[in-house]
Amino acid sequence: MPEIRTKIICITCPVGCTLDVTYEDQKVIKVEGNQCRKGIDYAQSEIKDPRRMVTTTVKVIGGLHPLVPVYTSAPIPKPLIFELVKRLREIELQAPVKVGQVILKDFMGTGVDVLAARDMPQAGQKAQTGSG
Amino acid sequence: MKKYDVIIIGAGIIGCMVARFLSRYKLDILLIEKEADVCMGATAANTAIIHAGYDPVPGSLKAEMNVKGNRMWDTLAGELNIPFERRGDYVVAIGEEELPKLEDLIKQGIQNGVPGLVFLSGDEVRRREPNINPKVSGALWASTGGIADPFAAAVAAAENAVMNGVTIMFETAFQDFIMDGNKIVGIRTNRGDFASRWVINAAGLYSDDVMHKAGVRPEFKITPRKGEYYVFDRAEITINNVLFPVPTPITKGILVTTTMHGNTIIGPNAQDIQDKEDRSVTREGLEEVWKGALKLVPKLELRHVIAVFAGLRAGGNAPSPNPNIKYNHDYIIEIPSNVRGFVNLGGIESPGLVSSPAIAERVIELLKDAGEKLEEKKDWDPIRPARPRFRDLSKEEQKILIQNDPRYGRIVCRCESVTEGEIVAEIHAPVPARTYDAIKRRTWLGTGRCQGGFDTPRVLEILSRELGIPPTQITKKGPGSEFLKRRTKDVA
Amino acid sequence: MWPEKIKPIYDVIVIGSGPGGLAAAIAAKKNGAEDVLIIERDIELGGILVQCIHNGFGVEIFKEDLPGPLYAHRFIQEARSLGIEVLSDTMVLDLTPLRKINAIGKHVGFLELEGRAIVLAMGCRERTRAQIRIPGTRPAGVYTAGTAQRFVNVEGYMPGERFVILGSGDIGMIMARRLTLEGAKVERVLEIMPFLTGLTRNYVQCLLDYNIPLELRHTVSRIMGNYRVEAVEAVEVDEKWNPIPGTEEVIPCDTLLLSVGLIPENELSRKAGVVLDPNTGGPVVDEGMQTSVPGIFAAGNVVHVYDLVDWVTEAGFVAGKSAARYALEIKKAVRRKVRLVSGNNVRYIVPQYLDSESLAESDQSIQFRVVRPVEEKVWVEVTDGEHLITRKLERYVRPGEIVTVKIPQKAYDAVQKADKLVVSVAKSQGDQNA
Repeated sequence: MPEIRTKIICITCPVGCTLDVTYEDQKVIKVEGNQCRKGIDYAQSEIKDPRRMVTTTVKVIGGLHPLVPVYTSAPIPKPLIFELVKRLREIELQAPVKVGQVILKDFMGTGVDVLAARDMPQAGQKAQTGSG
Repeated sequence: MKKYDVIIIGAGIIGCMVARFLSRYKLDILLIEKEADVCMGATAANTAIIHAGYDPVPGSLKAEMNVKGNRMWDTLAGELNIPFERRGDYVVAIGEEELPKLEDLIKQGIQNGVPGLVFLSGDEVRRREPNINPKVSGALWASTGGIADPFAAAVAAAENAVMNGVTIMFETAFQDFIMDGNKIVGIRTNRGDFASRWVINAAGLYSDDVMHKAGVRPEFKITPRKGEYYVFDRAEITINNVLFPVPTPITKGILVTTTMHGNTIIGPNAQDIQDKEDRSVTREGLEEVWKGALKLVPKLELRHVIAVFAGLRAGGNAPSPNPNIKYNHDYIIEIPSNVRGFVNLGGIESPGLVSSPAIAERVIELLKDAGEKLEEKKDWDPIRPARPRFRDLSKEEQKILIQNDPRYGRIVCRCESVTEGEIVAEIHAPVPARTYDAIKRRTWLGTGRCQGGFDTPRVLEILSRELGIPPTQITKKGPGSEFLKRRTKDVA
Repeated sequence: MWPEKIKPIYDVIVIGSGPGGLAAAIAAKKNGAEDVLIIERDIELGGILVQCIHNGFGVEIFKEDLPGPLYAHRFIQEARSLGIEVLSDTMVLDLTPLRKINAIGKHVGFLELEGRAIVLAMGCRERTRAQIRIPGTRPAGVYTAGTAQRFVNVEGYMPGERFVILGSGDIGMIMARRLTLEGAKVERVLEIMPFLTGLTRNYVQCLLDYNIPLELRHTVSRIMGNYRVEAVEAVEVDEKWNPIPGTEEVIPCDTLLLSVGLIPENELSRKAGVVLDPNTGGPVVDEGMQTSVPGIFAAGNVVHVYDLVDWVTEAGFVAGKSAARYALEIKKAVRRKVRLVSGNNVRYIVPQYLDSESLAESDQSIQFRVVRPVEEKVWVEVTDGEHLITRKLERYVRPGEIVTVKIPQKAYDAVQKADKLVVSVAKSQGDQNA
């Protein structure tokens, strides 16, 4: 396998160092341009197993809005993002939905769940007055 | 084939006004319009001035219609409930060298029969308009000039026409005449053929194309003349009056003026173009307008601008019907001799708005002269009732309005305080508003600082609900201008 | 139909229920305000967070990385549990310097309310196409990023299929990713500055991750299409932001998204006479977030545009606490003073008002004159209208001689509860006017 050299931006802290990374077979050989140790860790994880949090929406029937926002309980492998979004697109929930409700459990064996980010009450609820 | 007595082509201010005045008589009238709403042509974008009439060439048809029309506006605005104010126009001279031009204008105005022309000193102008260029040397105050809401005028005239029996068809484009020898007996449109004894050409920018199809005036040509404008935030700048610079031979110049909506606008410049649908705003045009406006009000600031737009004038090349003057851009208001059943209106550019009621009356005279027995309807109602505008009401009136209809309790456009009740009323009005721009023209929503940022989702929801169609079919200004492509989750 | 539950006066009224407003309401309640009301123009609470479904919220406050709606949920729950009152689907039309509010709502009609303290938390609005004067036509398909975000995430509609985004601010980049995940194509992101204006993290996770090209030093010089956007013309600019001739490129698309700046929303602030800082576009405030108008406070993006919502929350806490303090001061000042009222045979009393708190420090003397002389022993009584607070036996009373009565410290509780104190000379058998 050949050696590949690439540039990636570290996002661990707001500085955003541009890292000059040389790697082979998903194993980091050299990192330059980092101002601290975290850059090396970031480069290693980005090359070996890049992960992202995914936030999107899922269809709701009979709710105040037709979509409810959802989020992954932990970052998922980057190559699986589009598959996750595709799976979620096929789901239709019935209102009411509760915050924290599990929409999708253990996505593709990653151990990551997809949860509802808010309550979605049924449509036709009166505007809120009073307290509580 | 449905048969009418009169078909009017074009629902700009002229077509709507003609329809309204003709609706007084026992005639079956059809008004067709190729766009989705009234006043989407030249009437859509102009300075909204009710000119006093000192500017047109003396002896021209423009001058005659301007002065006649000006006199009719109080009654017209009262009957149709059109926002209108006769506060006078100012032609402002900057520097001593411009003063002689004011004298010329006063002379010209007197020739045209314009009353109430007064010369003001520089001091007096400064007193009336504190923001004016301090180098002002004097002004012509044409006290019969004014401002009106051109959209409200077209909508009101169209609604009154409909109330009195006129049929309006939108998205109906004229294609050709149906002739019997040299007599027009009907028209062809994209929605079928219609028979009629008379056809009135009020097609504005396309009036040349229409008359050519009847073999009338093949040499007549409409050259669209673009004018660009800026609109200012009402809260940031207040101009009290209508301010003209001293005019040039081609154009009245770049104005700084207040409007019936309370915004200050500046413009227009004048640029001949080819494309009759090109209402784009250009960097050069905007720069020209800005420079011109600074001459009158040096204190204008770009950061107070909340909108820019462009309008097209239907500039024609017709020689004046008055043989005693040499003027080649006059109105055409005629029944041509070589075709029967045709009332031809062409080149109706400024002062089109002020002239519109006079032109409508002239059309009636022409029809009478041609032998039409115009029998008045006993139940003709000239009054078009106004609809409540929430922000103009007193607190007590607002309370009552909300109690009677809670939809007036929901503000949709925050900047202009337009309520859901008003929007629903326009959707179900005699000339229904079915697009976003139609609602915007009638209620003035979306014209403030946020330019539709917050109200657009709500307006789409209301339109969708009231018209019973999905939000993806709601348009900004007719088919092809849909706001939304699909539902978020409907991926191909 | 119109609820009677709404009080005419509240200790603290918060206008807006985004992160700034929610935090202010919560802090107000926790710092002694009894009645706290939030007025929100949307049908639900949360403000802009309702549509910000991406994460990045709460990193400082909760040490967690939350999506916007979840961050809002935490505060909405807390506000509920604290008994904070809410009027949603209700818009404040007017606010006066004396803290009187006119508001209207479909479900509540026309309301006239007053707040002892007000917190402005109306957030901000987006800069528009017209304000940056992009030349070209005015078709459907030109949106500010926030409006597009509302459609995609809340209303459930895609405003287009092929996008060009002007502005490398965070909203623009977030939307680039969002639209891509929902099946649209983002052709280009254009930024007029020579540098990224949003967070690097968003550049990586929204643009680089999805191979969306970013062009710095570029802007849109023309919008094309009469009815719907058909293309935009992109152009490179020099240091003065002037287009460089020859660099024009027509990019076919059906939607232009604008992410060109946020402006604090201060119409109500203006109506209330609040002084605005022309540099921020928001009110001039002190360290307690009080504006130039006493009793009117401001928190969040309405003051200036923040980077992190966590700081908006912190600002809201400060404003809410200050607002509560202010409201309590007013209540105390009003409640403190008890009026002394002339009863039988009393011509006048000085002082006319008694600050009940003063009894915490010492006895208080009051003096009065009688109308008619009584030349025998009489009781001078001080009551609260019903109950006796103190009394004193006088050998006689004469109009020419001032009578003094001491209100003792032990009467503190009784006086605190009293609406008024009535001083009277008890009628005796010899009283002519019995």
